[in-house]
Amino acid sequence: MKQQIIVSGTGGQGILFLTRFFAEAAMMMKLQVLTSEIHGMAMRGGTVVSHVKVGTFKSPLVREGHADAGLILNKQNLPLHRSLIRPDGYVFVNTDTPGDYSSIDASGLALGAGAPAMTNLVLLGFAMQRGGFFCEADVARKVLKKLSPPAHLELNLKGFDMGFASS
Amino acid sequence: MNRQEQRMLMGNEALGRGLFENGCSLAASYPGTPASEILSSVVTFSREAELPIHIEWSINEKAAYEVALAHSYTGKRAAVAMKQVGLNVAADPFTRSAYLGVKGGFIVISADDPGPYSSQTEQDSRLFAHFAKIPVFDPSSPREAKEMIKKAFELSERYEIPVMVRPTTRVCHARQNVTCKKPRLLERRARFEKNPSRWAATPQFIYDLHKLLNEKMDKIAEEHVLSPIPYASLPSRNKRCVIASGVAFAHTYELLEEMGLLDRLDLFQVLLPFPLNRRFIDMIQSDYEQVLVVEETYPVIELQLEKGKIQGRKSGFVPRQGELTPDCIHDVLERFLGSASQTHPARVAQPGKRPSLCPGCPHRPAFFAIKKTFPKGIFPSDIGCYTLGMNLGAVDTCHCMGACISQGAGFYHSYAQDGGNIPPIVVTIGDSTFFHSGIPGLINAVVQDARFIIAILDNSSTAMTGHQPAPHLGIKADGTPAPAVSIPDIVTACGVRFLRQCDPYDVPAFRSLLEEADQYCRSEQGGVAVIISKHSCPVDKKAIGPEQLYTMEIGETCDGCQLCLKQFECPALVAPEADSRAKGRVRIDFHTQGGGYLSSEHGEREGVAPAASPREGATRAPLIDQALCVKCGVCKHVCPKGAIAVKEETKA
Repeated sequence: MKQQIIVSGTGGQGILFLTRFFAEAAMMMKLQVLTSEIHGMAMRGGTVVSHVKVGTFKSPLVREGHADAGLILNKQNLPLHRSLIRPDGYVFVNTDTPGDYSSIDASGLALGAGAPAMTNLVLLGFAMQRGGFFCEADVARKVLKKLSPPAHLELNLKGFDMGFASS
Repeated sequence: MNRQEQRMLMGNEALGRGLFENGCSLAASYPGTPASEILSSVVTFSREAELPIHIEWSINEKAAYEVALAHSYTGKRAAVAMKQVGLNVAADPFTRSAYLGVKGGFIVISADDPGPYSSQTEQDSRLFAHFAKIPVFDPSSPREAKEMIKKAFELSERYEIPVMVRPTTRVCHARQNVTCKKPRLLERRARFEKNPSRWAATPQFIYDLHKLLNEKMDKIAEEHVLSPIPYASLPSRNKRCVIASGVAFAHTYELLEEMGLLDRLDLFQVLLPFPLNRRFIDMIQSDYEQVLVVEETYPVIELQLEKGKIQGRKSGFVPRQGELTPDCIHDVLERFLGSASQTHPARVAQPGKRPSLCPGCPHRPAFFAIKKTFPKGIFPSDIGCYTLGMNLGAVDTCHCMGACISQGAGFYHSYAQDGGNIPPIVVTIGDSTFFHSGIPGLINAVVQDARFIIAILDNSSTAMTGHQPAPHLGIKADGTPAPAVSIPDIVTACGVRFLRQCDPYDVPAFRSLLEEADQYCRSEQGGVAVIISKHSCPVDKKAIGPEQLYTMEIGETCDGCQLCLKQFECPALVAPEADSRAKGRVRIDFHTQGGGYLSSEHGEREGVAPAASPREGATRAPLIDQALCVKCGVCKHVCPKGAIAVKEETKA
């Protein structure tokens, strides 16, 4: 199993949480995994992209056109990071504007549920339902239970299920 | 835990784990991206065992280095961690420690930042190690970084020499499953053996110590176990090889594997770029005709390979600056192998959205007040979140830690010697930066009779790097209480005679203090004026939250001038987007301002926008993103028309 995923958004949107999610899920599946993140100045609301590589890789970075899937938390980032995704790869975008990608209004759904902070989980659930990822939803829920702070666990699971259930 | 366990560790955590597992009993650091998480991970791991480890966030890298060095003199293992420019601050103890050597294993972790992503230079610590004659390891992954800590301690004790481990951002901030073991118990008791001719070596002893150092380097360069690792079948039939180190090796290996060339081209991974193994150098010279060196960020391996057939960053075959991304190395490899149909233009990373101070950040009103009060002022600043004051036009210079105060003095003397009008000079420096290296600059400014304003932005946190404690907070690295050192006491002791403190949330009060300080500077008996701008970082979980919350609204008096967007730049104040208003809802989907810094995607904002009207003001009126707003209420001071007002006040 080899899979490359990118997560793109702005600092504060939960990019690092999603990156850690994929890493922990891979470890739970007994797979090798490497991820790459950027910290520091960029985290103050700037553009952020992180890379996840599951399988026997040595380099933590995804090359242009090599990602199997991308989770784009911010539609503005699509022109910045789409080129990292394979032409036939999955592109999941948080937006209410449909286009040549799979879209879900994760922000709207999260806000509607009174918890804008779970936007990233809604997009994750949505992607997990259709992306052919290396792990299944039951593993995903286990990982969320492991990674979420107790106070956020219920909301995180709710957000994930909301995205997973949406068509 | 079990004897062995797989854990998902960030590179910095893997380094910290390596220190914990290998009997390190003192770790010292000053925070700085990409190295910050090394020390905090030692704190976390140390809770797993009853081992006495002294862990400290030192005041700066020089102090950290010296504390750790003395620990090693007593025979115990010590480590100091910093970002690469931190090593500049510790350069003095660093270079001499090579001559005098160490007793207990001593590791310097200096994290480089090719790119750079979060640094003022992309300097290469390996070249610094070369200059200082200190051996340096170059890990290519978190897993390898942890293993190298063990090797580095052993090498350090074998030769009684400091050893550097140099990770880069892509190793520090990579995560990988890493095997963790139980910590090794060394049970060493502190025992300092006096030897003044070594530990206090005067110049008469230095010649011999330098000779000894050179001999150590020669011996380390002979160590077979530290020789570069060959991949694929050797020797090559085509007299061509690639030599790589660090994460650039990881990229190169993977690319060659993907291109199906691993068995057709000799590849070497250099673990110890300095001193480069002597036999390896000879073998490369004799066995190969074409050699490509892939390393970050300066040519260090390349410089040690002597003949002219080497292609690398020095020769210019590999780009001489910037991160070596897999795409960049792919291009280099194709050219080296002669298979490139054409040279691909380097893909210039698009900047995207620029970072900005957080909603509720106390630096924002401080900068707003400074710029409003002195529109024609000169504003030296420094390193931290507050460098983002640049976005508000209130940061003109940012050089290196603590430089702003001396730069303020330098600007003053330069204008003052011309006679005539001296522009207001307002220096901004964070609390942690002030302790790090601002204090000597302050004393110097006072004794040289400079006259300018210093605003110490005290947010009670080292916010940019993850909220590490600073000396005025009275907390140790592990969260236990420590003696606190007061900033006002220090400022007074430095000879400053104008000292005031103010919460920058109160913009009018802050502005009148600035006026008062300016008058003091210009008065006959004037001097350096210090204002402590005190308000806790709202993002720091340790901070005490506000007592009052203010729900804000934008009223009818808004004429759409958008000064609030341009001069205040709060992420919760957003530009309107005409089309979505027509749908009766407001969604911000693209950038509308120069840097594109005003957008967010937080869904519907019905009822937030003023009612649509043909008036120009209404269509250009900003909106308040209630999902981002922290209800600090500071923006009520911003609008010249008073259009941003408190709608509702509640107890927190």
